[in-house]
Parts: sequence; C-alpha cells; structure tokens
Amino acid sequence: MMPRWMAGSFSVCLLAALSWAVWSLPTAPKGLTAESLARLAESGVTNPVTAVLLNFRGYDTLLEVGVLLLAIVGVWSLRRADWPRTAGGDFTMLAPFLRVALPLLVLAAGYLLWIGAFAPGGAFQGGALLGGALVLAVLGGRGRHILNRRDLLAIGLVLGVLVFVVAAALSMLLSGGLLQFPSGQGGVWILVIESAALISIGLTLGLLYLGGRPSKGGLPRHD
Amino acid sequence: MTEIDHRVYLAASAIVFVIGFYSLLVQAHVLRRIMALNVMGSGVFLFLIALGSQTPGPVPDPVPRAMVLTGIVVSVCATGLALALADRVQDTTDRCEISEANRHTASSDRKSGIEAEHSEGSAS
Repeated sequence: MMPRWMAGSFSVCLLAALSWAVWSLPTAPKGLTAESLARLAESGVTNPVTAVLLNFRGYDTLLEVGVLLLAIVGVWSLRRADWPRTAGGDFTMLAPFLRVALPLLVLAAGYLLWIGAFAPGGAFQGGALLGGALVLAVLGGRGRHILNRRDLLAIGLVLGVLVFVVAAALSMLLSGGLLQFPSGQGGVWILVIESAALISIGLTLGLLYLGGRPSKGGLPRHD
Repeated sequence: MTEIDHRVYLAASAIVFVIGFYSLLVQAHVLRRIMALNVMGSGVFLFLIALGSQTPGPVPDPVPRAMVLTGIVVSVCATGLALALADRVQDTTDRCEISEANRHTASSDRKSGIEAEHSEGSAS
C-alpha cells in the first residue's frame, strides 16, 4: 500500500503510456485471420477458434489446462472444503428445480462441446457450464455421492492434462511433431482431447467453489 | 465496427486496466487486491478482443479470441487459488490487510504469533 498521491501519479503515467501505445497501433492490423482461415480445412474442425485452441496453438492450451490443475492442487493443499451451511437443507423450491436443471446443464455442456467443432462452443464453454452446475448441486446439497469420492474427483481433475499429454506423445510418434495430428484425423483427436478437458475444467471450476479438498467423509450428514 | 469504435474500445481497455492498477496500489485488504487484479485482467481481455475485431476478413481474428477464452477460465482459477492463499494469510496472521503501517506497529504481535504457531506445531 502506498500513499494515494503516489499511486495516483503512477497510474496517470501508466495511463498516458498505455493510451499512447494503444493509439499508435495500426488501425487495420493484419492479424492472423488469413493464416488461420487458409489452413482451416487441415485442422479437422470448421470453427476457427477451436482450430486455433486445439490444433494451431495446441501446446498453449495444453499448458493452460495444466495451469488449471495447478490451481486446484494448490487450493486442495491449502485448505479443507467449506460446505455451504445450506447444503443438505430442505429446499421446497430449489430441489425440484435442480432435478430438472442439473441433467439439462450436463446435457448442454456436452452439446457445447460437440458444437464447438463448427460453431462457437467447445471444452472451455462447456466446462464453465459444468462448473456452474456443480456449484448449484453443492448449494442444493445434491451430488453427495460424487463429492464423497475424492479418488474419483482426483482422476477427473487430472484427466484433461493426462489425455492431452498422451495425445501429444502419440502425435509425436505418428507424425513427428508435437500435437501435429495425422492428416485427416484432426477432428477425432480434437474431440477426444476436448472431452477429457471438459470434465477436468468443469470439475476444477466447481470444486474451486468449495475452497479446499473435500474431507474423506465428504459432505457432512444433514441433521 | 468503425475506426472510432475501435479506438474507443482500445482506450477503454487501457482505462479499465489502470483503474485496477490504482486499486492494487492503494487498497490494503487482500480481497480488494484480488479484485483489482481481476479488473486489470478484464482490461487485458477487452484489449485483445478489440484488437482481434478490427482485422480484415469475414470473421474476427480467432487467435486473440482463443487466448481470451482460455484466459478467462485461467483467471477464474487463479482467483480461486488467490482466495485460498488469502484465507491462509488471515488464518496465520489474524489479519487480512497487507500494509506498511501494519507491519511496523504489529511486528511484535506477529512475532508472538509465529512463536505460538511453533509451540503448537511441536506439541502436536
């Protein structure tokens, strides 16, 4: 913490520098649109964003999925989970709603994953939806049987990185380049990697909400 | 998107980033600092999206879009880890503020806190 006048003058200087930098950018940058669209047909998907994420810059995404795993490992090693006080309570409104909403949310996450090959969507969007569903489930005291199984949760959290790394190694054996998928098979490789990533991203986001590792006993029994 | 719009979005991203930066310097409470970092991140995302929207061609540049897409999820996870660390700071120091003033006045305080923790550790 520093005096306000000092922080203020630092900020004004930074704003001036950033504004100048932003203003002097070319008005019509070439970007990488042309390059990515030119090779889109070889990527195995027709959505350019998914092609960039899983094919052209797959290495980058592999590391990002690794960062998610590091974050949840860090949180699990720091704290035990705090179960919301309401978990397991009696909900006249929420419980019937969740009975309908949770399966729909899981279905929608899978749909987003599938549609990501040719329209906006993909593992990260689906994972966000899955994470939200998990948060809702925890708040409503549902999904206890899943949250009781710390071993299964751990496998789910690691799955994304694991499948990604195995795919990277296999693609290296088959085609000689890291995450350079054999020609014509890009779509299948991307779908497999994304499916694993979807589970890991969803679980990571949902379990982060608990703020720590679930204890061996899982959710405390409602009394 | 016209050129003026493009400039406005880029300038807005700089402003949002600096608002977060100022809060990061001024605020002592760790929660506010974490929020300040998130505001700075939003400025960066806005910048990347504005940059990608201006490229010629039928669709916006997919590379910055992909970077923002993963960046948002990563920043949520980083925030989760930061919150867990903040909670740990509060647990061990009984304070959730980081400031110079605190460090001087409460240094003896903290020392006894560390000693207490040590004796606790040896006892268990």
